Amino acid sequence: MTEKERQQLLKKQKTGELKPADRYKIPPQDMPEQDPVERTSNVNEVATGYTETHARLEAMRCLQCKNAPCIEGCPVQIRIQDFIAAIADGDFKKALVIIRENSLLPAVCGRVCPQEVQCQQKCTVGLKFKDVGKAVSIGRLERFAADIDQNEGGAPAVAPETGIKVAIIGSGPGGIVAAADTRKAGHDVTIFEAFHKPGGVMVYGIPEFRLPKAIVQKEIDVLTKMGVKIVCNFIVGRTRTIEQLMKEDGFEAVYIGVGAGLPRFMGIEGESLVGVYSANEYLTRANLMKAYDFGKGADTPIALSKKVAVIGGGNVTMDSARTALRLGAEKVYLVYRRTEKEMPARIEEVHHAKEEGIEFHILQSPKRIIGDQNSHVTAIECLKYRLGELDESGRCRPIPIEGSEFQLDVDTVIIAIGNIANPLIRQTTPGLQFNKWGNIIVDENCKTSLQGVYAGGDIVLGAATVILAMGQGRIAAAAINKYLEKKPKSHKKPG
Amino acid sequence: MSHKIVSKSKLSENVFTAEIEASLIAQAGKPGQFVVISINSEYSERIPLTIADADPEKGTIRLIWQRVGKTTAELADMKAGEKIANVVGPLGKPTHLKNFGTVVCVGGGIGNAPLLPIAKALKKAGNKIISILGARSKDLLILEDEFTPISNELIVTTDDGSYGRKALVTEPLKELCQRDQKPDQAFVIGPAIMMKYCCEVTKQFNVPTQVSLNTIMVDATGMCGGCRVEIEGKPKFVCVDGPEFDGHKVNFDLMMKRLDAYKDQEKKAYEQYKKHRCKIGLA
Ligand SMILES: Cc1cc2nc3c(=O)[nH]c(=O)nc-3n(C[C@H](O)[C@H](O)[C@H](O)COP(=O)(O)OP(=O)(O)OC[C@H]3O[C@@H](n4cnc5c(N)ncnc54)[C@H](O)[C@@H]3O)c2cc1C
Ligand SMILES: Cc1cc2nc3c(=O)[nH]c(=O)nc-3n(C[C@H](O)[C@H](O)[C@H](O)COP(=O)(O)OP(=O)(O)OC[C@H]3O[C@@H](n4cnc5c(N)ncnc54)[C@H](O)[C@@H]3O)c2cc1C
Ligand code: SF4
Ligand code: SF4
Ligand code: FES
Repeated sequence: MTEKERQQLLKKQKTGELKPADRYKIPPQDMPEQDPVERTSNVNEVATGYTETHARLEAMRCLQCKNAPCIEGCPVQIRIQDFIAAIADGDFKKALVIIRENSLLPAVCGRVCPQEVQCQQKCTVGLKFKDVGKAVSIGRLERFAADIDQNEGGAPAVAPETGIKVAIIGSGPGGIVAAADTRKAGHDVTIFEAFHKPGGVMVYGIPEFRLPKAIVQKEIDVLTKMGVKIVCNFIVGRTRTIEQLMKEDGFEAVYIGVGAGLPRFMGIEGESLVGVYSANEYLTRANLMKAYDFGKGADTPIALSKKVAVIGGGNVTMDSARTALRLGAEKVYLVYRRTEKEMPARIEEVHHAKEEGIEFHILQSPKRIIGDQNSHVTAIECLKYRLGELDESGRCRPIPIEGSEFQLDVDTVIIAIGNIANPLIRQTTPGLQFNKWGNIIVDENCKTSLQGVYAGGDIVLGAATVILAMGQGRIAAAAINKYLEKKPKSHKKPG
Repeated sequence: MSHKIVSKSKLSENVFTAEIEASLIAQAGKPGQFVVISINSEYSERIPLTIADADPEKGTIRLIWQRVGKTTAELADMKAGEKIANVVGPLGKPTHLKNFGTVVCVGGGIGNAPLLPIAKALKKAGNKIISILGARSKDLLILEDEFTPISNELIVTTDDGSYGRKALVTEPLKELCQRDQKPDQAFVIGPAIMMKYCCEVTKQFNVPTQVSLNTIMVDATGMCGGCRVEIEGKPKFVCVDGPEFDGHKVNFDLMMKRLDAYKDQEKKAYEQYKKHRCKIGLA
């Protein structure tokens, strides 16, 4: 597109003359990215973000649908057409104000939301082209609006102090939102986090090259500015129990957002060999503990791998595989027992992984892991699979092909087949109800079976997403604020 | 929230002890539990250390550690008054305490440190305590003074015979098991290889044996699975399912291999640190 054409479009946008036909003609704007070869030798963010020109052109692709079906696809119902219109008009500040009405972490969600199955899936433009890849890039625009706000835009206003203490357990996205929303109501809010750094999966799981830690830190800083207290190195259930927090320490309401956090293994031979990792361990060593700087300051080591097999097909699998490359592996295989179509990972992540040279082995799964006399991994023995009937997850059931065993030589295996609920809260909180998978049972207000105790995020939903966890944090906070309002006045002490 | 080192001293050439401010942990900690510390938040490794003692009134816990690599060496170089950035705990399941009758407590090397609070608690629970403390040589033996008052019988062994009996701990352990009144229960804590051989002895005589495992850990909350060991062929997480297990069911050989997973890398890091110490005049 020439500069002249661009200026014409902007002019028409300004005068309100831009017609749907004009809008359809604007090509989807790709986001600039680091070169695939270059980026595997650094941990910097892969997608470098829209420029103002990109952003305004992309925003002009939005038809400003009356009923805005995209909003239905967003778990927190951001007023999508309005913030996009503001970007098209060049009023980026206004765009961010609109987004912030519903989302506290736009810089995060714009980067990691699975938009193609949420807001963008419903977008009229994508439907018109029969290609969700051609939908308006809502997420990228959201990221643009969030990133451009470099002047740190102050903290949200806080109501007068109520002096009522609220405890938030876990500092993942759900906990962050629950803390902000209860603090806005004037409560005395403390976040308790087991790790030495707040942020949950956003800091220890999702890698730097996809979500820079500085962005998460900025959101945490906003909380501190609002007056939320953050206590790290505090394991609820061990350091203090929920009962102690409520009965002895004076907390009147609690939000549990402890995430899933117990890695699943496959139960096959050789899973405890040296060189076999859960994705959680691999990613935590690499991200939170900065193992990529081992010997250059960082003290936490990680396997120096040449050939790595990563098992699974989700976002976590892609993150592990791409991290292994960045840590210097020469060959990384992604082994998945269904086909690419069934992979739960985001399309963009699959695309990035392939571009970087990850070798996909679909319709295969390890049967056992083989080691040498030192118990170090040397290979995996895989079985080939074919797809059968649909199963209860709505995907085709993978069926092993008998006698199809073959070996893949590797020195490292990363198992990324998901998490189950960590039992610590269950073991230490009598009266709290759980389902058979160990997830906390809540009602539509995220209230648990215990009075004053609310929960959300992965510990309730199983494996969820950042935005779903945020959504639940918001619902729970609203319910907590309401519950505390109704609580007898005698309980309230002046701050 | 950082934690001040209230006092610090040396127990032997490579073993150090310190009292550290950590009031919540001092209140909640029970025998058998441990903490994870990291010296700073950016680059330091997280390492597990047993709560050797706690003073809930003063709000302090006591740690005893052996200098084996970079982090334990860095810790050994810190002085009273300095601060450790992160201390989290208490972690792991507490020891199952009851009156077994006669309990033999076997400690090897630095294992005496985690054994001490357990032995004390067992004594309090009414058990008769026989302690066997082993070390490579006299100057490496730690905590004998503290085991003396709680032990009905105390046996010290050294590999080189420089003190006590010249033997490995398995020898007196076997003799005890051969007595008419064999011990009702054994607690064994020390290097994996020592626990393995002790368990072979006690198994022979059907003496139930608890061991405390010291695998490599990261989060110590059950999230990463890095600490897993095989118990009767099934994976268990030491940080949440342990650290104590039935020693007769542990796959020690695999555990030892996993402990060595980063040996070469760690050695290099330690060498680097030692060089750096020389340069800044600590050595
Ligand atoms: C590698 C990886 C990649 C992912 N990629 C995406 C993606 O691209 N897009 C997306 O939307 N989602 C993604 N997800 C999923 C998403 O990160 C989670 O759904 C989301 O973070 C869940 O949020 P949460 O609020 O439940 O808390 P979590 O983020 O799970 O955080 C829970 C926090 O609680 C702490 N905690 C646990 N127990 C205790 C305790 N007893 N006391 C105190 N603190 C405790 C933990 O240390 C942790 O910090 C990914 C997940 C992983 C692991
Ligand atoms: C539950 C638990 C309680 C523990 N309590 C104590 C304690 O009270 N006092 C104490 O001194 N140590 C204790 N340990 C062991 C201690 O955590 C390690 O010695 C420490 O992590 C070593 O760190 P480093 O950086 O100094 O050495 P590294 O550089 O990590 O390792 C140096 C060498 O020590 C070996 N090593 C590494 N990790 C361990 C380990 N976990 N156990 C034994 N050898 C290891 C390695 O093979 C390596 O060659 C405990 C471990 C666990 C799991
Ligand atoms: S928060 Fe996520 S789902 Fe909602 S508009 Fe933004 S990218 Fe789409
Ligand atoms: S559905 Fe698509 S085109 Fe319509 S308002 Fe939403 S983003 Fe714009
Ligand atoms: S140390 Fe991570 S699960 Fe035990």
